[in-house]
Amino acid sequence: MQQASIITDEMKEQLGVEGTPTILEVEKGHIRMMAEALDDPNPLWQDEEYAKKTRYGGIVAPPALLCNARAGTGRGVQMKSPFLRALAGGDELQYYLPVRPGDVITSVSKIAEYNEREGRMGKMLFTIIDTTYKNQRGEVVATSRSTSISY
Amino acid sequence: MAITDELKALIGTTTEPVIMEVERGAIRRYADAIDDPNPLFRDVEHAQSSRYGEMICPPGFFGWPVKRGGVMEVLASLTPALARAGCPRILDGGVDFEFYLPIRAGDILTSSGKVADIRAREGKTGTMIFTTLETTFINQNGDLVAKSRATIISL
Amino acid sequence: MKKQLYYEDVEVGSEVIPLAKIATTEMLVKWAGATGDFNPLHYEDAFAASQGVGSPIVHGALKRAWLGHLMTDWTGEQGILKRLSCQYRGMDYPRKMKDMVTPEEGETWWCKGTVTKKYVEDGQHIVECDIWVENGKGEKTTPGTATVILPSREAKS
Repeated sequence: MQQASIITDEMKEQLGVEGTPTILEVEKGHIRMMAEALDDPNPLWQDEEYAKKTRYGGIVAPPALLCNARAGTGRGVQMKSPFLRALAGGDELQYYLPVRPGDVITSVSKIAEYNEREGRMGKMLFTIIDTTYKNQRGEVVATSRSTSISY
Repeated sequence: MAITDELKALIGTTTEPVIMEVERGAIRRYADAIDDPNPLFRDVEHAQSSRYGEMICPPGFFGWPVKRGGVMEVLASLTPALARAGCPRILDGGVDFEFYLPIRAGDILTSSGKVADIRAREGKTGTMIFTTLETTFINQNGDLVAKSRATIISL
Repeated sequence: MKKQLYYEDVEVGSEVIPLAKIATTEMLVKWAGATGDFNPLHYEDAFAASQGVGSPIVHGALKRAWLGHLMTDWTGEQGILKRLSCQYRGMDYPRKMKDMVTPEEGETWWCKGTVTKKYVEDGQHIVECDIWVENGKGEKTTPGTATVILPSREAKS
C-alpha cells in the first residue's frame, strides 16, 4: 500500500514564497565577534591598517558572516513539518563579492524544495531553503542553499 | 584583617586604555539579550527624532572593545595573587555606575581602569577579599560619559 | 604575513594546510551570540536529549565556519573563496570548560582538504577541493567541497 506523503498541500503552497527581507548592517564589532567565535585570527577581519594594504583595501567580513539567523537565513519562511525534531543537514554557499563594514545586506529566503526520505529512524523530511544576499547597491554578494532535516 | 603585600602592591594598578566603538548592531544585540524593547536602543528613525538624535546605549553598555584588555588584564594578574592569599574563588560583588552623558551609536569611547582598593574582611566562611575596580569612559570629544566602580569578592 | 599560495603551487591531490580546532562550550556560546542561533539544541541538556542527540551538539554552521577559516587561511589574501558547501553528517560534542579559560582534556578537530581539480576558465585560475572536519576518532563528521580562485605566477609576469 502506498503510504501517504508527509508533504501536504499547505506545505506545497509555501514553495517559492519569499520570506520577509532581513537587513543586516555590517559592523566592525560584529565581524570581530564572529572572528573571535570561530577562533580565526586573520588580520584581514580586524586590523584596518593591515587590511588597507591588501587587495581589499580595508577590512572585509569572513565567509561565516552570512548564512545564519542574524544574516536572515531562513527568516520569514513558514517551515512546516509533521515532526518535532530538526537538525541542520548542510549548507552550500556561493560567494560573489566581498562584504565590508558599512555594507547593508538585505537577505531574502524561500523554501525551494521538500523531499521525503526513509531513514534509519523512519520518515525524514528534507527542507531546502534558498537565500539571496544583496548589498546596498543591489549587487548579489552571495547565495546560500541550506538543508534542514526533520524527523 | 590585613591583605598580603602582593595584593597591597596591586592597589593603584592601571590598565592600558581600551577603545570601544559603539555600533548600532551591537546596541540592538545587547537590547535583545536583556529583552528590552525600548526603540531608543533599536529603531534608528525613532532615536534620531528623539532628543538624543541617534540610537543610544542601554545603561551599562559601552560598545564593543576594539581589542580585549582592560579589566580582563587586571583580573589576569589579580586572580593568582588572590589565590595565593587563600581566596581562589571569584564572585561578582556588584557594580556602581554613574552616568554623565548619553552614549550614542558612532561614539568612540576610551575606557581606563584602576584597582582602587583591596580590603580583607572576616566573613562567616572565612576571609573574604573585596577588590574595587574603577573604570572611566571618555568619548571622542574628551568628555567623561560614565564611571563604574565594580566590586570583586574573593573567598 | 603568510606566504601567498599560487595556482602553480597546487596539483590535484595537494593537501590543504590542515587547521586544528577545539570546540568548547565557551565557543558555542560565542557562536550563538555572533550568529543569533539560539537553538537550545546547542546548550540545553534536556532538550538535546529529547531531540535524540544525547547532549548539546556543536552547531553545524560553526563547523562550516571552521571550513571557511581553513580555506581563507590556505588561499591567502590574493585568493578568493567562490563556493563552500558541506553536509552535517555526524554529531560533534564540545569539550566542557574546566575554568574560565581552559577546556577539559578531550577531542581536537581537524579541518582538512585535498585538491580535486584545477583549471583555467575565463582567465580565472580555479581550484576545487574536497574539504572536511574530522573528529578526534578520525571520522569525517562534516564533509564538503570548496572552490577558490588563486593568483597565478604566470598571469602576474
